[in-house]
Amino acid sequence: MDLEYGPEYDVFRKQVRAFIEAHSHLAPPSSDRAARPSSKAVEWQKLLIEHGYTARTIPQAYGGYGAEPDILQSRIIAEEFARARVPGGLSNQGISMFVPTLLELGTEEQKRRWIEPTLKGDVVWCQGYSEPGAGSDLANLKTSAHIENDEFVVNGQKIWTSTAKQADMIFCLVRTEPDAPKHGGISYLIFSMDTPGIEVRPLKTMTGHAEFNEVFFTDVRVPMHQIVGQRGQGWFVANATLGHERGMLGDPDALENRLEALIALMQEERLGQGRAIDNPVLRDRLVALQAEVAAMKYNGMRILSNSLRGEPGGMAKLIVKLQSCELAHQISALAIDAMGELGILYHHSPREREGGAWQWNYMFQLGLIIGGGTAQIQKNIIAERGLEMPREPKLAKISDAAKATADMPRHKQGSA
Amino acid sequence: MDFGLSQDQQMLRDAVARCLADTCPLDHVRECTERDNPLSDKVLRAVQDLGIPGMLVPEEHGGLGMTLLDAAIVAEQLAYAVAPVPFLASHVLTPIALSEAGSKEQKAHWLPKIVSGEARIGVAISETIEVRDGAGVSFAAGKLNGTALFALDFEGADAFIVADSGGRLHLVGAKASGLKAIALTTIDRTRSVGELRFDGAEAEPLADDGGAAVGRLRAAGRVILAADSLGAGQAMIEKAVDYAGQREQFGRLIGSFQAVKHMCAEMAARHEPCRSLVWYAAHAFDAVPTEASLVACHAKSHTGEVHRFVARTSTEVHGGMGFTDLIGLHYWFKRIGFDRQVLGGPETVRAEAAALQGWIKAA
Repeated sequence: MDLEYGPEYDVFRKQVRAFIEAHSHLAPPSSDRAARPSSKAVEWQKLLIEHGYTARTIPQAYGGYGAEPDILQSRIIAEEFARARVPGGLSNQGISMFVPTLLELGTEEQKRRWIEPTLKGDVVWCQGYSEPGAGSDLANLKTSAHIENDEFVVNGQKIWTSTAKQADMIFCLVRTEPDAPKHGGISYLIFSMDTPGIEVRPLKTMTGHAEFNEVFFTDVRVPMHQIVGQRGQGWFVANATLGHERGMLGDPDALENRLEALIALMQEERLGQGRAIDNPVLRDRLVALQAEVAAMKYNGMRILSNSLRGEPGGMAKLIVKLQSCELAHQISALAIDAMGELGILYHHSPREREGGAWQWNYMFQLGLIIGGGTAQIQKNIIAERGLEMPREPKLAKISDAAKATADMPRHKQGSA
Repeated sequence: MDFGLSQDQQMLRDAVARCLADTCPLDHVRECTERDNPLSDKVLRAVQDLGIPGMLVPEEHGGLGMTLLDAAIVAEQLAYAVAPVPFLASHVLTPIALSEAGSKEQKAHWLPKIVSGEARIGVAISETIEVRDGAGVSFAAGKLNGTALFALDFEGADAFIVADSGGRLHLVGAKASGLKAIALTTIDRTRSVGELRFDGAEAEPLADDGGAAVGRLRAAGRVILAADSLGAGQAMIEKAVDYAGQREQFGRLIGSFQAVKHMCAEMAARHEPCRSLVWYAAHAFDAVPTEASLVACHAKSHTGEVHRFVARTSTEVHGGMGFTDLIGLHYWFKRIGFDRQVLGGPETVRAEAAALQGWIKAA
């Protein structure tokens, strides 16, 4: 057990700290999370790239900083920005998911055309994966693209498309080979959101906001070269990015920050004669969550060490999305309980605390438990990949069994 | 930066695991626990051969001078094998108490005997955490009076280290006049606890105990119980997964049913971060003293909660078989139950964690 990063990393940490101290006045406020980055956020992003504090390992030819990958340096940057509560580089689906995909599977021309403007916030992307009939069973997607006059012609509907309103471009899974097996008939297309035939409808959620959209495609024409990977390889291409998304949803620094905010809330909020934290039941729940956050923090350090040794993350990594999302949700739940009746205030009500953020988080985090691979899909992955448990029998067998069951005589129900 | 076990520690883990797989199969555990005195001489000898009693004894007294993380690795394996041998008090807490708070003479007298296995010392500090049934021990004029409950590694102990109500530690011989030692029978037959009734029993204080030693013992004890819980939980998860991969119902392996698969996944998902928490807590005991007590509380309370869930869920995955004595799953179930309660259940420990952070105002 050696938790020191070593002297050269201590020097690096000091550099990061010094940078943050000298420049944090230029950073956009943490609340500035608009999908289309403000000019302040764009300037900040450019400054961060210039110093290698974001897009660090992306080659300079594509607009990155061009450093060799170094897990500890990346970790130190994340730690120091989180500690200082200064926003780090832009984080959106274009940067987190599309850019890594292009780096892995894009053509040279695609990399040169798209990565730099995406990194600099000039081009905003949205992701067209899920459909009303293709959620957990994503490969069942029906949005089609047939070929007409050397163009793909896209028809269908996507859902859960965040930032579709603001996005310039979409990376989108469509079925190009309807006769191929389900995973083999998909292609990964990229096209402008200004293309005729695209309609975006905001999807209002339980939070009262429209964090997502539905996107409808009617005869949307896409040039044949706007494809990443080959025709029919889209499933493989998309899976390269889904891994990045799952990594994104389990950030131990974020959990620690939420917990600290909860502790501060419970120390400030008055309940009767005392503070919320003086209530032994609420305090007990707080300490229980603190222990869980600590466990996830050290679990994260273990994953980090595994990757430093070049070993796979194993079970420690497989469980991160499930556990982190659940834990974040419970932190918000306790905040609401600690506020008592004040906990219901929302929609800019008088006496509302922190702009209703805790209620919004509580609801939105339920969305995160469902999105990006539902908790149930996560459990399948943990069981089948982590514990090597037997898979579900194939669909054909189940439908045979269902037929056999349907043919069986049944007792009538509810006959009086 | 390397968060994890060193190569030496992995070798230690594997050596203990191999040794226990040879000497302590479930049949042996069963045989031992059906006797009046369940302690296994055979396993104790094997543990002795591995040098475990001297692990935490400083080298100058003939021990190996190892760390609490090393001890936690051993604890995990002992629990995995539900080994009926003393460890927590005799091989962890006693060496720590003597080396941190004993006088020169006390160290010179006892530590080499602990290493060689000639002497085993139990530990009774329960009343510094929570007083039950009016227990409590006072010390005056060289004599102990009162009652200490839940003396750990009770059976066969030659002496006990006992905390008085002020938290000061005292050494008392098991055969001292004025000491009546009464065994307590618990759910977990693989470990022994007892009650010590003092009526003017002669005892010697640990000479250099500035008052901090009992807190160190609580922290170390909690880390080791958490590690024990981890090993027992690991065994129960593996057994559930194995069973679900063999048992067929409705023409399918039950492990292919999501209802069963998800029970196993949930056990694994909650269990896995515990490992990192226990490792860090053990590491902090030696290397990060400012955090040691708090993170020991977290490790103890959190593993207590998680493995209660694991113990019941693994039993359910086994269906009716889990409830029988036939496959012996209950040995691990009970080991986890013991680990959860001893040295403070989760609520007690969390209250202590809150107090350590100044979240409870002094009354």
